[in-house]
Amino acid sequence: MRLPSGGQIDRSKTLRFTFDGAHYRGHPGDTLASALLANGVRLMGRSFKYHRPRGPIAAGSEEPNALVTLGRGGRQDPNTRATVAELFDGLEARSQNAWPSLRFDAMAINDGLSPFLTAGFYYKTFMWPAAFWEKLYEPVIRRAAGLGAISTDPDPDSYDKGFLHCDLLVIGAGPSGLMAALTAARGGARVILADEDFTPGGRLNASAEHIDGQHATEWAAEVLAELSTLPNVRILPRTTVFGAFDHGIYGAVERVSDHLPQPEPGKPRQTLWRIYSKRAVLCAGALERPIAFADNDRPGIMLAGALAAYAHRWAVSPASRVAIFTNNDSGHTTARDLLALGVDVRAVIDTRADAPKLDGAEVIAGGQITGTRGRLGLSAVQITRTDGRRYWLEVGALGVSGGWNPNVALSCHQRGRPVWQDDIAGFVPGGNPPVGMTVAGAAAGQFGTHAALSNGAAQALAALGDLGIPAPKPDLPKAEDAPYRITPFWHVGSTKRAWLDFQNDVTVKDVKLAHQEGFRSVEHLKRYTTLGMATDQGKTSNLGGLAVMAELTGQSIEATGTTIFRPPYTPVAMGALAGRSTGADFKPTRKTPSHVWASEQGATFVEVGQWLRAQYFPQSGETHWRQTVDREVNATRTGVGICDVTTLGKIDVQGADAAAFLNRIYCNAFAKLAVGRVRYGLMLREDGIAMDDGTAARLAEDHFVVTTTTANAVPVYRHMEFARQCLWPDMDVQLISTTEAWAQVAIAGPKSRELLERIVDPAHDLSNDAFPFMGCADITVCGGLRARLFRISFSGELAYELAVPTRYGDALMRRLMDKGADLGVTPYGTEALGVMRIEKGHAAGNELNGTTTARNLGLGRMVSTKKDSIGAVLSRREGLTQEDGLELVGLRAVNPQSQIPAGAHILEPGAETIAANDLGYATSACYSPTLGSYIALAFVKAGSTRMGARLRAASPLTGVDVPVEIVSPHFVDPEGERLRA
Amino acid sequence: MHDLAPMTPLGATTPRRDTIGAITIAENPGVALASVAARRGQSTACTTALAEWLGAPAPGVAEHTGNDMAAFWLGPDMWMLEAPFTTHETMVHDLAQRLQGLASVTEQTDAWARFDLSGDGLDNMLAQLTNLDLATLPKRFARRTVMEHIGCYLLRRDTGYSVYGPRSSAASLHHALCLAAGAL
Repeated sequence: MRLPSGGQIDRSKTLRFTFDGAHYRGHPGDTLASALLANGVRLMGRSFKYHRPRGPIAAGSEEPNALVTLGRGGRQDPNTRATVAELFDGLEARSQNAWPSLRFDAMAINDGLSPFLTAGFYYKTFMWPAAFWEKLYEPVIRRAAGLGAISTDPDPDSYDKGFLHCDLLVIGAGPSGLMAALTAARGGARVILADEDFTPGGRLNASAEHIDGQHATEWAAEVLAELSTLPNVRILPRTTVFGAFDHGIYGAVERVSDHLPQPEPGKPRQTLWRIYSKRAVLCAGALERPIAFADNDRPGIMLAGALAAYAHRWAVSPASRVAIFTNNDSGHTTARDLLALGVDVRAVIDTRADAPKLDGAEVIAGGQITGTRGRLGLSAVQITRTDGRRYWLEVGALGVSGGWNPNVALSCHQRGRPVWQDDIAGFVPGGNPPVGMTVAGAAAGQFGTHAALSNGAAQALAALGDLGIPAPKPDLPKAEDAPYRITPFWHVGSTKRAWLDFQNDVTVKDVKLAHQEGFRSVEHLKRYTTLGMATDQGKTSNLGGLAVMAELTGQSIEATGTTIFRPPYTPVAMGALAGRSTGADFKPTRKTPSHVWASEQGATFVEVGQWLRAQYFPQSGETHWRQTVDREVNATRTGVGICDVTTLGKIDVQGADAAAFLNRIYCNAFAKLAVGRVRYGLMLREDGIAMDDGTAARLAEDHFVVTTTTANAVPVYRHMEFARQCLWPDMDVQLISTTEAWAQVAIAGPKSRELLERIVDPAHDLSNDAFPFMGCADITVCGGLRARLFRISFSGELAYELAVPTRYGDALMRRLMDKGADLGVTPYGTEALGVMRIEKGHAAGNELNGTTTARNLGLGRMVSTKKDSIGAVLSRREGLTQEDGLELVGLRAVNPQSQIPAGAHILEPGAETIAANDLGYATSACYSPTLGSYIALAFVKAGSTRMGARLRAASPLTGVDVPVEIVSPHFVDPEGERLRA
Repeated sequence: MHDLAPMTPLGATTPRRDTIGAITIAENPGVALASVAARRGQSTACTTALAEWLGAPAPGVAEHTGNDMAAFWLGPDMWMLEAPFTTHETMVHDLAQRLQGLASVTEQTDAWARFDLSGDGLDNMLAQLTNLDLATLPKRFARRTVMEHIGCYLLRRDTGYSVYGPRSSAASLHHALCLAAGAL
């Protein structure tokens, strides 16, 4: 019910919303939970295991019970805590884990079966047969017990990521956080103040206290107003700092648009901030803990502080008659506040025999709650007095306070352990918080408002002092420290179930069972009972469980210890972690200079790393990619084909020692390469394994251009930089990548020279004598455009690679197509490129697979013994030079139409298909339109001695077993006459 | 004069210009780039020669200097030179001669796509893309950074910022810049 006045809500405006289809009204400033309670709705969910009716017990992010699903379709958001869901007009919420309805849930039968469903039930019951677990037991259990469900629709919203920097990060904007931020801000430090609530202020919003003579909420609003005018302060409301990471970096999620029906155009739903702080003050406050007693989970039974929060901030009481059950003074403060706000407080049941008196309500000193009634919501509590008298008191809500736990979570994210403090009967941050973090206010066990303000200011000053930022000592506002005396009391003895962990349905009995069965360490207790798991991570339940275990083992709670605290503090949407990197934007895309032109030609593209390369160019009438690729190969081998090969790495190598440098990088000789010539080169890793191959063109005495394979463009550049900077810093060598600076086009086929002559400016003689195979030159094309020409061939044909500045690459392709129309010029893609290089027996990534040597590749003699180079010595290791080592060979299908699977293993005919009989493996395979047969490249043991042998290529995985003949890997033009033509 | 038509990094004949809220993102292909790396032992001589060419001191670590003819720091003894494309498309040849024996010069003009950012709220926009602490950096700077997995150079100028990203990734970078501007 809504109290007649008060609250930080805008009563002049009405927001309409639905819960399980029923229509309700609330006000701006409401949460879903406060609005439902105002509408008399206490039942908001069903429990995880027993499907017990549940309502909210808290008013903040620690809420374990009131989990609902918001939205529909792609915006369906399960497991949202109704206590933090900001109300907006049109909000649609649904309950979870109930069927057919929240009021009548058929699965509540579990509650009757509870004697069989104790902790460890699954482990004991579903042991056999093992195969049933995944297929039968788990799905059935998951359906019966669970939280909300995700929709499988794509999320229509976007998420953002970003980076923020500050001198001081203040986590939490309660009294200590506000004071810390104000102190640091006035001192000129760069401050970020993050608070998970949409109205910062923390407990000040839930209290009747005054600061400096004004209501605490007004003081908080004034401080925020001042902070918001300061350019050195960034206030982040609706932002949960969820993790403390290395070097003062914090993860935070800002819920930018969750309080709106949908994000504004272009705006993200949430932003994941990485906050780089020099210092941080954790001002996360404290969380109240419940006391366990029989049937303590009925809707209407809440934390006492939550009752106060609902009454103060939202002017809501879950019922007209309430009672308080407490073991400490804060329960009395709550009772007093409620009375002042006009709520009928029937009794304060205080477990302490010396409980203080209270005006306006009976205090039952030494009393306990021993039972409750009410099927879907609390109707009465049973009170047992010290003299043994028992009676029922009719109330619709009960506020329970078992004391307050400093919110230490973030101080422990780097394995810090909290320490026990007797006077508050709780853990406080230990001496090893994350580097740069201090803790202030209630999070440090300073529960009074004055203490929090003064502690916040002091910690901010200390942090600024560390940073050498002089800051004036602030005048502390006047505030009171309410008394906080507590006599620990954890649970009321009972034969009935008393809940410790509401979210996981863990009761005192379950902890006793864990103890009985030997699961006594806190980590075992957690895993055996599920205490402290799931979305709330035991914020309200952990200490109660520890206390019961401590009681059973006879150890102190301190000695029993806590489980490890890990990020995230509250659940983080996967979308926020992904940020903008989703779908087509999962990773950056690299486009070739001819991308636009290739798209116009209807090319099919293939991802090669981040590159998109044209795979083939289908023409009308071609119904299968093989037709296209065969045509492209044939056209190139008989006429002329062109292909964008820009993606191959290009590294500019200059300096007086450039040649000597390459001589050490490549295993073959480079020192004497003439200017104007290109040489094929092979690089080895330090361990003698082949790293990459390519060409190096000598443009001048002190200037080379090295090409790499597409995949190894970056690794090779890195390798060369390492060698330059670390191995041979005395060499005069300068390196820079020019991969993207030049658009490079392969022009291949017997008519390639004829085509080239039509665009190369006449001053340049392309005749075989003037520009022979493996020549290179700076030239001009199309009337003066600077270009580089290399006569190199991957296809085995007469071929060139022509490079022009990238911006002209598109025009160059169009010009080549135009000028070569009468020659039948044909664009070809990576597929035809691959077919032709297999036909020619050129190694590529499949062969340079990180396990193969120059010798394996048939290039053993390239490793010069007349000089030293990286990897040369280790390439001569005994293990790499065996006589029966793998050698690159060609495979030709005995039946030309039998496909050889790449990856197939080579076996003798009749040999059993087992590893012991393995003779090698096929690396690259294709249909060769030139030979009219399926062919492959393969590494075969002593392959060069097996020419003509008939073996098998077997792929047990795909059930293929093909007879093959071992042939030379150079299927086409083994003498190399074409490329020298 | 050759007759091949240039294409912008974003794949069009004219540079792209987007105004999103208070921010303008302008593709700028009008700059010629050349890297200059001092030869071994020629650091001082190269720096001096560079200053002459620039009419300003050669940039130190993470700096950029000059105006129409400008340069920014790439690494130890290594700089990127910027000049108007229309007048300096082939500047690499002149530079190579001018710095002969002092430095290795490499054409970098088309290796990069440049986007110039102007308007209000640029620092907030860039906070979504780079982990650089812009507030603490000098008024003008040039820093290597990563934006949406793309290695970039970020330069702060008197009029705003310039982002250089690999030309092949221009579309991805542009997309990220536009999203960041739109999210403000």
